[in-house]
Amino acid sequence: MRHHLILRVVTKLLVGCIILFAFYVQFHGDFSPGGGFQAGVIMAVAFILYGIVFGLRKVQAVFPPWVVHKMVALGVLIYAGTGVVSLFLGYGFLDYGAFAPHHPSHGQHYGILAVEFGVGVTVTGVMVAIYYAFAARPARLSDEEW
Amino acid sequence: MLVVTALAIVRLRNLFAVAMLSGVFSLLSALLFVAMDAVDVAFTEAAVGAGISTVLVLGTLALTSRVEKPASHSPLLPLFVVFVTGAVLIYGTLDMPNFGSADAPAMTHVAPDYLKRTPEEIDVPNVVTAILASYRGYDTMGETAVVFTAGIGVLLLMSGLRRRREDDDDDDDDADADAQGAEEEGGVY
Repeated sequence: MRHHLILRVVTKLLVGCIILFAFYVQFHGDFSPGGGFQAGVIMAVAFILYGIVFGLRKVQAVFPPWVVHKMVALGVLIYAGTGVVSLFLGYGFLDYGAFAPHHPSHGQHYGILAVEFGVGVTVTGVMVAIYYAFAARPARLSDEEW
Repeated sequence: MLVVTALAIVRLRNLFAVAMLSGVFSLLSALLFVAMDAVDVAFTEAAVGAGISTVLVLGTLALTSRVEKPASHSPLLPLFVVFVTGAVLIYGTLDMPNFGSADAPAMTHVAPDYLKRTPEEIDVPNVVTAILASYRGYDTMGETAVVFTAGIGVLLLMSGLRRRREDDDDDDDDADADAQGAEEEGGVY
């Protein structure tokens, strides 16, 4: 993709916007459509786009595979950990009332944010990891054959 | 339009076009979901179906070939199975309530309860998020675990293959080196 000047410039402009949009979808999920799953995918798309245009090595310098693999597990851990924390605070598993005992609906907000963040981290990790797994194998088709 | 796209996907042999058309198909179904007021689902469909899957299919395409091989057997039996399944599915929808009808079972059972309780208990404008993350928190945790497992599975499969291929290459190199060594030795003697 070295010869596609327009693609490279537009990608550089877009990646930041896509990541910002992913965070918006992630943390505004209580108020508008969206949530962890969608935000995770959008976040992954930003890195995948970067990888497609600039090459696998550049994107892996930004977002190394070991970080991605840790993220896959970390998200599930955040989700389940939220439940365990509420358990230790004397409430049921994943009962978000635990995080603000005097104002249960605020506790629900915190809980939903934490849980959605966990979902987002896992989905981002899985999507980018799958992309890395496919892209890391040597392609049989050359650029011209497409 | 969905039907036209699906037919085009079936008829075409050029896999690159098929990959692009399946992206188009996803985008069209996302529009359908928007028209039915299921914005969250449409969002997911557009992001996953049209975005990520297209990229992954193209990635797979780069590893295989660009044109589909002609089928080696008659398509009549699969066609028959597909038609029967489709007919059964359409027959099944005849019993379903009309779209948006107020007396559908889903609308009379738990939905009003959630709609009534969400503003009081959770105070989140997007009821979908409230149900997904709070009332059905266990289910969503299960889904996250499914995504996690799927990712791990793909990683294991792909990395295992790559390692085996590298091993094969190494073996070949060793064998070549041995052969060369043998020739040289043969030359000396």
